[in-house]
Amino acid sequence: MLSLRRRTVNAVMLSLTGVCTVLAVGTLLFILGYLFLHGGTSLTLDFFTKLPKPVGEPGGGMANALLGSAKLLLLASCIGVPIGFLGGVYLAEFGGSSFSFVVRYTTDLLNGVPSIVIGIFAYTLIVLPQGHFSTLAGGLALGVMMIPIAIRSSEDFLRAVPVSLREGAMALGASKAKTILTVVIPAAKAGLLTGIMLNLARVAGETAPLIFTAFGNRYWSPGWEQPTAALPVMIYTYAISPYPDWKQQAWSAGFVLLMLVLAINVFARMVLSKRGHAAR
Amino acid sequence: MTRRVFIVNAALVATLIGGVACGQQVPINAAGATFPYPMYSKWFDEYHKKFPQIPINYASIGSGGGIAQVTAGTVDFGASDGPMTDMQMKQFQDKRGSAILHFPTVLGADVPTYNIPGVATALNFTPEALAGIFLGKITKWDDPELTKANPGVKLPSSNIVVVHRSDGSGTTYVWVDYLCKVSKEWETKVGRGTSVNWPVGLGGKGNEGVSGSIQQTANSIGYVELIYAVQNKMTYGKVKNASGEFIQASLASVTAAAAGIPMPDDFRISITNAPGKGAYPISSFTWLLIPSKIADPTKKKAIKDFLAWMLADGQKMTEALSYAPLPQAVVAKEVKAIDKIQ
Amino acid sequence: MAASSTTNFSARPSGRASTFWQRLRSGDDIAYVITLTCALTILAITALLVFELYKNSAVPRHQFGWSFLVTTTWDPVAGQFGALPFIYGTVVTSALALLMAIPLGVGAAIFLAELAPLRISNALTFLIELLAAVPSVIFGLLGIFVLVPALVSIEPAIRSVLGWTPLFSGPFYGVSIFSAGVVLTVMIIPFIISISREVILAVPAEQRDGALALGATKWETTWNVVIPFAKKGIMGSIFLALARSLGETMAVTMVIGNEPKINQSLFAPGYSIAAVIANEFAEATGDLYLGALIELGLVLFGLTIIINGLARVLVLTTTKKGAI
Repeated sequence: MLSLRRRTVNAVMLSLTGVCTVLAVGTLLFILGYLFLHGGTSLTLDFFTKLPKPVGEPGGGMANALLGSAKLLLLASCIGVPIGFLGGVYLAEFGGSSFSFVVRYTTDLLNGVPSIVIGIFAYTLIVLPQGHFSTLAGGLALGVMMIPIAIRSSEDFLRAVPVSLREGAMALGASKAKTILTVVIPAAKAGLLTGIMLNLARVAGETAPLIFTAFGNRYWSPGWEQPTAALPVMIYTYAISPYPDWKQQAWSAGFVLLMLVLAINVFARMVLSKRGHAAR
Repeated sequence: MTRRVFIVNAALVATLIGGVACGQQVPINAAGATFPYPMYSKWFDEYHKKFPQIPINYASIGSGGGIAQVTAGTVDFGASDGPMTDMQMKQFQDKRGSAILHFPTVLGADVPTYNIPGVATALNFTPEALAGIFLGKITKWDDPELTKANPGVKLPSSNIVVVHRSDGSGTTYVWVDYLCKVSKEWETKVGRGTSVNWPVGLGGKGNEGVSGSIQQTANSIGYVELIYAVQNKMTYGKVKNASGEFIQASLASVTAAAAGIPMPDDFRISITNAPGKGAYPISSFTWLLIPSKIADPTKKKAIKDFLAWMLADGQKMTEALSYAPLPQAVVAKEVKAIDKIQ
Repeated sequence: MAASSTTNFSARPSGRASTFWQRLRSGDDIAYVITLTCALTILAITALLVFELYKNSAVPRHQFGWSFLVTTTWDPVAGQFGALPFIYGTVVTSALALLMAIPLGVGAAIFLAELAPLRISNALTFLIELLAAVPSVIFGLLGIFVLVPALVSIEPAIRSVLGWTPLFSGPFYGVSIFSAGVVLTVMIIPFIISISREVILAVPAEQRDGALALGATKWETTWNVVIPFAKKGIMGSIFLALARSLGETMAVTMVIGNEPKINQSLFAPGYSIAAVIANEFAEATGDLYLGALIELGLVLFGLTIIINGLARVLVLTTTKKGAI
């Protein structure tokens, strides 16, 4: 029979982990609840359909910011996800030791650069030569921010796939590329998606890199070469203003942003589980 | 695979539609001060309703940002709470090949706001009191400098907690500009700028941060913009002006400060500690920074028309948003100056 | 045709056995080149970034040299700039955040991966991942309006337990290094929890079964078998969390007090590199001032190199195979 000491340790430590979870989940539920109370309850349809109005005039919305954020995130994903994912594949599947070490190290370094510095970087690289602010510059800044997280998390999850699966495929005569494509990646699917979602979620809420790149716009922004409004920047601008009406809109926008990311998450997992068997 | 392909395609199509449907309008872009942002957003919106051809898009990235971007040419005009220095104007000349013109738009003010348990009235502050508090020389609320200006108010003997802005801002510029004028020690020790090396105090980010800190810290004092204090129903004090009166900031007292000083031709002037009866001493203009040469004729016409409109109809809209309108003499001078834009 | 590589996963496909076209068709070389290019892109972007930072900070670098790192004055009006208070603030807030987030995060990950039923675990993890989507400016606002008053009210309790240490001495105004550490903890925990949980779930059942069969308790199995197996992934998540905390801007600046002074008490206000850049960059004019802010970015980069290096040394000495 197990000693009392071991049983006690077991019970205590396991309940502590429960406590940790309660704390983490509790914090989140609190934040969600707060956002809902302050932002969700006063949400109207206007928010999604109208352009911003000057302070004091009722009925303004953030329709242009919603579209702007969507465009920025689309561009950022097109840059960040492929480069990051394929870089992760390299590290997990082909990497030697010293070069991979350098790549991983550099990835962590890039990850630690403050978002505003990335914004300044994109500003000097794109905005200044072009002579104007643009959605392109904003998307690029966000894309650069996505790359390190994508590489790191892709590599982690690909590595977590057991060697036996790879060996099995090889033994059946598949080439390395085929193994990766048809065995390793599908096996790591859930984790890879987690990584992409976390990444997108984080980048969706970034304000600082957009201030000097996408700039902001009170009107619609056609195409990719003009400044565009974005949800986080609107939140920031409205939240620090003196007007209760605008502050209210800032909380609403925060709530909407969160709900949008939730929706993307749910959607992606639905698509994933319908296709795959290892639904998690 | 097909489902994924479909989704991506749908997203791309939606974006393109969103792009095309909005037509060929090219907005005029402007950037700068955060303080007048609410007013400018109202003006540009109203102007757009009247003249829908060209929208003016303004982003509040800060006065320094406005100066930097108009100098870099990434925006068509800028806005700043503090006038450009000679060096900055020269930089603009070198980079863009023309001069830069200042156009005052509205007036604003900084007010001292505080949180002292048991004190709900507007306290009187002498210049010496404010300078002393922010220099860290006056450390308790019952210091003689404060009590003698406020007979009848029971000030506690607690330590004063100073709160200032941590982010560079025009609001700070006006405050320290005033302190420089009323305190030699401040001028030599700290100086003026949008960001300074504060001798004491906590830094709050934005008016929000400062007012939040003050609300939560007993016996604290800080400075915020007048509009901010009014809109959020904060208690703020009176300041002794150059004529010896204790004045509380209001639209009238701020405009009085502007009227008291003759305006130079280039419109760059500081009106803190203005002489004159009823003048509130911590007031300031805020300016639009417009290049004297604008290449694109459509943009030039739109900007000039906007300025004329702003000086006429626009001035009527300021009071509703708690901004003080420009004095008549300044308006007249500016209308003539619009012709300087070629 | 025969595949050109066998079980050495790290080696390039050998050129002896197949012709160029066969290799091309099998896709190995293409895969290698494409993925290598992407990995190289990271190096290119980082190099470009460092180059830009270096170039644009030329003025203050020539003026101050290395003394920039040890000066404590930050005076934009007088043109005196020093990085030390910001370095201190950045390091201390990140250290504090990691100290609190790692046990909480790994603990929650263990619970979610080992103890909770799968559906509840999925639902809860999903919610926790949402935390990563909360914009930092909202964290900042919640920090000022919710966290700071809460901390002010529990401060007497903390002081009674820990007040004898210099770490928790001095007056407390709510905005402080400690508050910033707490906000950062909440912001980085989702990364640790969700990635660690996934990695723990990926540990093969045989490992657990083996330990249990040998008579270990659930906790002993988890702590002595599962976690070491998942260690690399957990470390990876910690590095991500560390990186985020070093560079976090908006939320920190709203609750840290923004005072460029070094104080040994966690209750005192402080300042971090990312916060000061965010606060002052938009308003800064003049090559020296702007350059000094950019030089701070360069300093942070150097700091990240050192901290990551130290962390890796730590990991190398505690794991056998160091593929970090």
